Amino acid sequence: MLPMPDPSSARLPERDRPWLIRTYAGHSDAQRSNELYRRNLAKGQTGLSVAFDLPTQTGYDPDDELAVGEVGKVGVSIAHVGDMRALLDGIPLDQMNTSMTINATAAWLLGLYIVAAEEQGVAESQLQGTTQNDILKEYLSRGTYSFPPGPSMRLIADTIVYTVTHVPRWNPINICSYHLQEAGATPVQEIAYAISNAIAVLDAVRERLGADALMGDVFGRISFFVNAGVRFIEEHAKLRAMSQLWDELGAERYGVTDARQRRFRYGVQVNSLGLTEAQPENNVYRIALEALAVTLGRNARARALQLPAWNEALGLPRPWDQQWSLRLQQILAFETDVLEYPDIFEGSHVMEGLVAELVQGARAEIARVAELGGAVEAVNYMKAALVQSHRERWSRIESGEQTIVGMNRFETTEPSPLTAGADGGILVVDPEVEARQRAAVERWRSARDADAVDAALRALAAAADDPEQNIMPATIAAARAGVTTGEWSQTLRSVFGSYRGPTGVGEASGTPSGDLVKVHDDVERISEALGRRIKFLVGKPGLDGHSNGAEQLAVRARDAGMDVVYEGIRLTPGEIAASAVQEGVHVVGLSILSGSHAQLIPAVLAALREAGAGEIPVVVGGIIPELDAQALLQAGVAAVYTPKDWDLNRTIADIVALVGDRYGVAAAAPA
Amino acid sequence: MTAGAPGVSPSDTAGRDLGRRLAARDLTAAAAVLNLVENRSRAAAEQTAALLEAVSVAALGHEAPAQIVGITGPPGVGKSSLLSRLVACWRASNRSVAVLAVDPSSRRSGGSLLGDRARIDREPGDRQVFIRSTAAGDKLGGLAPATRAAATALSVAFDIVVIETVGVGQSETEIADVADEVAVVVQPGSGDVLQFLKSGIMEIPDVLVVTKSDLGAIAHRALADLRAALRSLGADSVPVVAVSSVSPPTGIDELVDALDQRHRALDLPTHRLRGRRAAALAQFTVEHGERGLRGLGGRRAASHWLQTQPAGLDAPALVARLESRAQSSRGPDR
Repeated sequence: MLPMPDPSSARLPERDRPWLIRTYAGHSDAQRSNELYRRNLAKGQTGLSVAFDLPTQTGYDPDDELAVGEVGKVGVSIAHVGDMRALLDGIPLDQMNTSMTINATAAWLLGLYIVAAEEQGVAESQLQGTTQNDILKEYLSRGTYSFPPGPSMRLIADTIVYTVTHVPRWNPINICSYHLQEAGATPVQEIAYAISNAIAVLDAVRERLGADALMGDVFGRISFFVNAGVRFIEEHAKLRAMSQLWDELGAERYGVTDARQRRFRYGVQVNSLGLTEAQPENNVYRIALEALAVTLGRNARARALQLPAWNEALGLPRPWDQQWSLRLQQILAFETDVLEYPDIFEGSHVMEGLVAELVQGARAEIARVAELGGAVEAVNYMKAALVQSHRERWSRIESGEQTIVGMNRFETTEPSPLTAGADGGILVVDPEVEARQRAAVERWRSARDADAVDAALRALAAAADDPEQNIMPATIAAARAGVTTGEWSQTLRSVFGSYRGPTGVGEASGTPSGDLVKVHDDVERISEALGRRIKFLVGKPGLDGHSNGAEQLAVRARDAGMDVVYEGIRLTPGEIAASAVQEGVHVVGLSILSGSHAQLIPAVLAALREAGAGEIPVVVGGIIPELDAQALLQAGVAAVYTPKDWDLNRTIADIVALVGDRYGVAAAAPA
Repeated sequence: MTAGAPGVSPSDTAGRDLGRRLAARDLTAAAAVLNLVENRSRAAAEQTAALLEAVSVAALGHEAPAQIVGITGPPGVGKSSLLSRLVACWRASNRSVAVLAVDPSSRRSGGSLLGDRARIDREPGDRQVFIRSTAAGDKLGGLAPATRAAATALSVAFDIVVIETVGVGQSETEIADVADEVAVVVQPGSGDVLQFLKSGIMEIPDVLVVTKSDLGAIAHRALADLRAALRSLGADSVPVVAVSSVSPPTGIDELVDALDQRHRALDLPTHRLRGRRAAALAQFTVEHGERGLRGLGGRRAASHWLQTQPAGLDAPALVARLESRAQSSRGPDR
């Protein structure tokens, strides 16, 4: 017989305080982002979440060659302490809780934040916030890494050791499982790789501390940044499983005795991977359901939440789009009753069973990573596993086994009034921003004390070169001296070397099946007529590291029988053109998600022409608004693919036909 | 479209024209050369033969000047990182470099993913470096059919030609026919190479390279083991070089020196002549099989006969001679 429920245990004596309500925001320059932040705070947002542009994230100044087309696009450009000052102008930093999505250059941006606070008269010990600072997931998914694994792990350990002693309320790292799911991770993989990553970080810190005395404090400051997909019951179970594993890890591996320090603390951005370009208004429902995954159960509730906007698969969201998502959080926190109860899943056999299943699977995968020597050594393994999972997910969608409403099922739709406006329903960053930022950073350099900058950079190089030193004091001194983001990074690159992450595509492999069989036949036939197998260069120009789409296209093209050249991310137009010529490819495919296509694609076309290879057809894929697509076609691009073209086989078939057509061998087709 | 563009069938003079450009050390001809030699059409095969004839010892009057280096080793040992450092080192002494990277093809689809593992850093805009990745095609564990022709042709124009392949135990022999020096790359803790060496599955390379020497003790151990194995095989003179490609790189200059020393000690004309003859016989066997060989009186007889042929002939010319001999000797008395 079931025990009688106790009515008095059904409600909390007092309603819980809501999570930190944030919006991931920032674009153009510091002044415009500051205005946006102030408006957002006035609307009831309770914390800041700063989006930086790609040059800032990867350590280049706005006037660097690699920064072309990327300045101020996916976030705000912060080149020095003057920009940071302007970004935070009028925002009281002793009260604000600021999350910064910054990784390779996290130590630097934290340094700038500390100095900007100092100028406001706020001591570093009062600061609250988070630096994302998780490099392994950059290698695995997001691509904004800058230095090789060894030195990167050292920078992370340095920021942790520094903040635990000097900025005690700061979360120095957010271990990200978020981007793993975006790269295709199953719930088990998401848990296992995030925990393995945390182990690598904690081990590195323990080694740096040389003593266990502070490990409790360190463990207590490690937070997570997770994803939540639309399968929200299982997603909630995932968070409970992570809580359980985290608690065990603290107690068993690191001897943390204070249970509060072992509490699993996490922030969330819900899933972007599942947001569709087709019938984009439906994304609002998806986002709402995903938010439930991280708020429903009190025992595994998010500490901070930021929701994407409905139109992220179309382009950059406008302030109004972000407001719409902010209001969703506020309705959930203040209108519904989610915050009024103790944990509503406790005692549920279903939930406990799901959690046990995930814990079991994750333990096995964590053990596998450990066998390979830990997360740093296992980057290649994890990357290949993610590419493979993503590939399987995509196959399920293409076959209809997995339903995506409006995309592979229930596609009929009325015209959407939401995208009917002149701006196409998205934010268009003022193209003048880049030119202004270039000029501004030049002015900054000429106005500062050059001797002080040189001295600060020398001290920084010395600190980087001496593994006994912590990088933070020299970094903070460099921020004060007026050093720029590019100078800080370049100094470290010259000591640490640079790095190219694994692509994971070499290991994933499949047999042509379904629609691909026909495409495969065409590839064989056209290759024979050409005398050589069709060779396809898949390139990612610019600083955008979101390589999932390019990787999936590369793997599928290989499965269709093509020779595919994929050299990973962050290539200049000149490098892409040189590769295309030297490799003798028949067609070039470019993928860009950062919104810099309008500058970078024509630059690649020009570089190809300059290299005498203007006849090689170029196709483009990415988040590309309709108007821009028209402009690219006019500039000479052969085809533009957007998330609407989700059927990869169809895209590949299209590219194969294009090759046959351009080289005059289509006629070889049997009647 | 320009001659040698990716999808155009070669003109009647393509081979000769490209040969002339290479002989004049025109490095920009490299891409078109590869597009030609990789092309399997009959017309392209004819032009490839014409190209190789135009750059043969007979035509040039001397061996091609480049140092042809084979670099091989199992996947994941750090060949690409090593190559990045090697290319930088060669470029620092102003030597031009062509890299021919051979990747495995998928046996399921016939397609391949190239460039991923062969990603080699270079100075953007440096026209003295040429990098081409090629799928091994139907040929398992060995060289792409066109790689030999490409290496031979490019060795006329470049200072260094590198052939990079994956594998241990299968492809060295074939690389040794093309390359002047072969370096086998291993990482610490991989016992296979030791076993292959001892058991004779693998030929003794010219240079053994142990990567990841930054790993310390385990790397020292690997060096000691390999040196011991070479001693027991009476091959003490084979240099074993420890390299680290992570910043700051170490051992790269030593490796370049070791390769250069071997090259200086090599009787180049004899070595290359042997390679051309071996390659011609291999190519003939691929096309005509054991039956074709029997028509020449067997492998040994064919090999002996090849040694009577003029030293300056290129491999396709030797294949053609083997073919006509097989044709004419197909009489009733045999």
